[in-house]
Amino acid sequence: MKLDEFFVTGDPLILGSQIAIGLTMVGLVVLITYLKKWKWLWNEWFTTVDHKKIGIMYIIAGVLMFFRGGVDGLMMKAQTSRPNMEFLDAQHYDEVFTTHGVVMILFMAMPLLIGIINVVMPLQIGARDVAFPKLNALSFWTFFVGAMLFNISFVIGGSPDAGWTSYFPLAGSEFSPDVGNNYYAIALQIAGVGTLASGINFIVTILKMRAPGMKLMKMPMFSWTTLVTSVLIVAAFPIFTVALALMTLDRIFGAHFFTVAGGGDPMLWLNLFWLWGHPEVYIVVLPAFGMFSEVIATFSRKNLFGYTAMVVSIVAIAFLSMLVWVHHFYTMGNSAAVNSVFSITTMMIAIPTGVKIFNWLFTMRKGRIKFTNAMLWALAFIPNFTIGGVTGVMLAMAAADYQYHNTLFLVAHFHYTLIPGVVFAVFAGLYYWWPKMFGFKLNEKIGKWHFWLFVIGFNLTFMPMFFVGLDGMSRRMYTYSESTGWGPLLGISAVGSLVLAAGFAALVYNIYWSFRYASRDIGGDPWDARTLEWATASPVQEYNFAITPQVTDHDEFWLMKKQGRNTIKKEDVKDIHMPSNSAIPIILSVAMGIVGFFLVFEWVTLAAIFSVLIIGGLIANSFDYDDGYHIPAKKVWETEQKWRGDL
Amino acid sequence: MKKHFPMNHVIGFLLSIALTLFALFIAFETDFTTNVKLWIIGAFAIFQALVQLIMFMHMTEGKAKVANIINISYSVFLAVVIVAGSIWILTTGHAAH
Ligand code: HEM
Ligand SMILES: [Cu+2]
Repeated sequence: MKLDEFFVTGDPLILGSQIAIGLTMVGLVVLITYLKKWKWLWNEWFTTVDHKKIGIMYIIAGVLMFFRGGVDGLMMKAQTSRPNMEFLDAQHYDEVFTTHGVVMILFMAMPLLIGIINVVMPLQIGARDVAFPKLNALSFWTFFVGAMLFNISFVIGGSPDAGWTSYFPLAGSEFSPDVGNNYYAIALQIAGVGTLASGINFIVTILKMRAPGMKLMKMPMFSWTTLVTSVLIVAAFPIFTVALALMTLDRIFGAHFFTVAGGGDPMLWLNLFWLWGHPEVYIVVLPAFGMFSEVIATFSRKNLFGYTAMVVSIVAIAFLSMLVWVHHFYTMGNSAAVNSVFSITTMMIAIPTGVKIFNWLFTMRKGRIKFTNAMLWALAFIPNFTIGGVTGVMLAMAAADYQYHNTLFLVAHFHYTLIPGVVFAVFAGLYYWWPKMFGFKLNEKIGKWHFWLFVIGFNLTFMPMFFVGLDGMSRRMYTYSESTGWGPLLGISAVGSLVLAAGFAALVYNIYWSFRYASRDIGGDPWDARTLEWATASPVQEYNFAITPQVTDHDEFWLMKKQGRNTIKKEDVKDIHMPSNSAIPIILSVAMGIVGFFLVFEWVTLAAIFSVLIIGGLIANSFDYDDGYHIPAKKVWETEQKWRGDL
Repeated sequence: MKKHFPMNHVIGFLLSIALTLFALFIAFETDFTTNVKLWIIGAFAIFQALVQLIMFMHMTEGKAKVANIINISYSVFLAVVIVAGSIWILTTGHAAH
């Protein structure tokens, strides 16, 4: 392979990014070396097994990926802003919507949610860490390496271009001979390992490590949604693992699982993809529901209305979400019976979702609502998500879907579910839990700019898409003629996306401003909140709880405050056992990244040779007998005195 | 703890052998069509899986009883949805005609 085939050449936009990436990397290395921070980075972050730090790394990666995916979105909006635009050509547009979709769902939504879960869930259930801290680090690093491998595709070798769904036969090696789709198959496989491990980790943590007295039915709602999401991860991700493995065999090793000519069936790919893909959208939306539940209860200053109904409806949603996948391919030519059954199951999901919406509304009813930024996002979520839900019920009707299928109506629909359902939730969660992570609040005033620009921009961008979609514009269309009459609506939509981008910029500015100027003197409980994570310092001390809390009821921390139980006694403080840092997760993941990279280029021998690194890492891990260290009680007591002040 | 005769294990063991032999018998010694044979053997396989789970793996005993039953039923549910669902979808569509 020649060097000019290895690097993508010939496009000024990509040349620009190549230079920018090169300069950024050199810049970072120089900066870190200059500040002598390598050791600190390695010891405090790269090898950490602390769930809070891992969570923060997930969040940073997720925000960066949001930027990347967002730029992709803006590029598409620029290309369709006017008829016959010549900003991106067809090939480039294909690559951009493919990477946009994959990055947004797998490398933006998932890490942001898993990151917030990592930080918050163990605290909420009164635990000192997740069940398997080292595995947790491995989860992060495999995700990160997978994401990076996927991201370099556009400068090295070329990006995948068959859509985030990568349907066969287009995604097969006959029609996509370039390495782009190998990146899809391999990078997602590596990241998937991490997600599956996270799912298992969270389930065990919740089932085994809740504070004494916390019955499942007394667990905070965010932890409930985490549990159910994790069960869905364990159910659904292996399907994707298998599908990607079959894709890899087809593309790299000449198998024919998905090609008709060799006796395979491309429709099997659709079927497997959506068997995972539909549960996946619930995997990202359920934790978001949990965050809204916490935020709404806290800022309505009431306990959550209809707790049991909430739990039942989450479980019902999860159950139904395994039974609806065909609604993504009604038009594939299924029998009438298949389409009818899946229409009905799909519409049934609206019932438990509706229950949740009403529970949130009743939680707010007669509450003394505080309009903080976190609460604003929760409030905006309800009407915007409802638009997504109602259009979803429209799409659920198989007969009608023959009209809507693969139009921009669909694209508008799923952005109306994913952006309010996931992005608004992540914003709410970030504003709400930020003090727990960093010890200061984000600025409320800049936050208002962020909120209004983003929400208005979002509606301006995606509302017009419903109408051009109904008017016949299909998705993934990179250009259109003047005579279609779509120009004005798509123009508004493009302007909207700039407003949206301004909103994101306001968030970035807010983070910068608050980092520099916000007050550090906020105490452990700045929002007067209700659940156990607020019984800790801000930022949380490394051992989480000096003494494991005893739980008596829902909203335990609220009760503790009311009953004056929120103190500790010196004689109760004992030595605390902590897990040691480990370099194995990062080394193992980087090894997987190297092997993956060779596989992408179909250099199978090299890949086989380097797999020894992975096996070696696993063996090294089984000889790792380190079982942690202790923080002496005296030190714990000093730390507690420092933040509690009055002890 | 009182030691007692492991009756469950013995029954489970005998049942497993009987079921296996029976499957062999159906496969080699009868004149059913292949299709019928597969159905019968499949049914015995499921039955045997249950025997194993209950008699040897103590699915219905111990502290984690409820969790075990939920786990197994959920796995069966998923397997049925994924396998039977896929077959149903892919064999009844217009590609089948
Ligand atoms: C930040 C603002 C965003 C903008 C401006 C944007 C814009 C777009 C556009 C223009 C398309 C392609 C439409 C087409 O021609 O077919 C698209 C597709 C898509 N978007 Fe977004 N989007 C944004 C955020 C998101 C988010 C947050 C998610 C998910 C969490 C997401 C997931 C997707 C997916 C899965 C596709 C389909 C890709 C494909 O066709 O393969 N987007 N988006
Ligand atoms: Cu779906």
